Amino acid sequence: MSELTLARPRTPRRPAARRNNFELYSWLFMRISGVALVVLVLGHLFIMNILDGGVHRINFGFVAGRWASPFWQFWDLAMLWLAQIHGGNGLRTVINDYARKDATRFWLKVLLYCSMVLIIALGTYVIFTFDPNITD
Amino acid sequence: MAGTTAPERAGTSKGGGTLYRGDLGMWSWVAHRITGVLTFFFLFAHVLDTALVRVSPDAYDKVIETYKNPIVNLFEVGLVGAVLYHALNGIRVMLVDFWAKGPRYQRQMLWAILGVWVLVMIPGTYFMMVRTVSDLFGGH
Ligand code: HEM
Repeated sequence: MSELTLARPRTPRRPAARRNNFELYSWLFMRISGVALVVLVLGHLFIMNILDGGVHRINFGFVAGRWASPFWQFWDLAMLWLAQIHGGNGLRTVINDYARKDATRFWLKVLLYCSMVLIIALGTYVIFTFDPNITD
Repeated sequence: MAGTTAPERAGTSKGGGTLYRGDLGMWSWVAHRITGVLTFFFLFAHVLDTALVRVSPDAYDKVIETYKNPIVNLFEVGLVGAVLYHALNGIRVMLVDFWAKGPRYQRQMLWAILGVWVLVMIPGTYFMMVRTVSDLFGGH
């Protein structure tokens, strides 16, 4: 009886799933950050675009008035970080869904993570170092 | 997991399975994904333009001036509409996931959030556009 060698037919083509709960926490984070973003983002849009003349009253002086208060500094900081991580994590899912080649997927994610780091760093820097008397 | 990954054929209409593909639930997910990605891209530009407050008041005021342009103003209405849909549908997704009766009422909740969306967008659009429209046609 000759030995019949078959590659194990049920072997999954992809490597086994990572043995950690990263995707679970990511799923949970999308929901928890979503709750916070409802208040932060909808509040921001309401104040900036609808209330009291909306976008027409916004200028450097308006920003200076708001960021004189630690409350709005913290609001904007929290919104920046949460929206970037929530949106970036969402985009990671979108890339995973549509990128077909591993290389494409890899480079799109590199681009995504670079843009997240850039925007979070720049935004945080601007909020903390804002100077209302910049021209003096 | 409600719609975290691309939809699969969850069954067929024959045999009493749930039909996802082409169903309203699929379109609510498509819209959620498009509005989320759109918002993320806008946020990228928006943090860059706001960063101009670190350059000079003049540079910032100039870029904010573009937001007051009538065409751009119309885009702002679209952006607010997109974010509002994403937020309302996000709440619906959370209710489907965490509320025991959520899955049963997911369709009614979709109609409810669309209703809320319309009710908010009507006055919202008005307040976002009054100044622009009166500047355009009212003269001074
Ligand atoms: C305003 C309050 C918000 C709420 C309540 C909310 C809620 C959610 C939820 C629950 C999900 C997960 C959906 C799922 O797993 O199927 C999600 C996905 C997503 N969100 Fe948000 N979000 C909000 C704001 C934002 C903002 C500001 C951005 C952009 C910066 C954003 C971008 C995204 C993206 C890109 C996804 C992934 C979509 C997908 O995988 O199809 N969201 N959002």
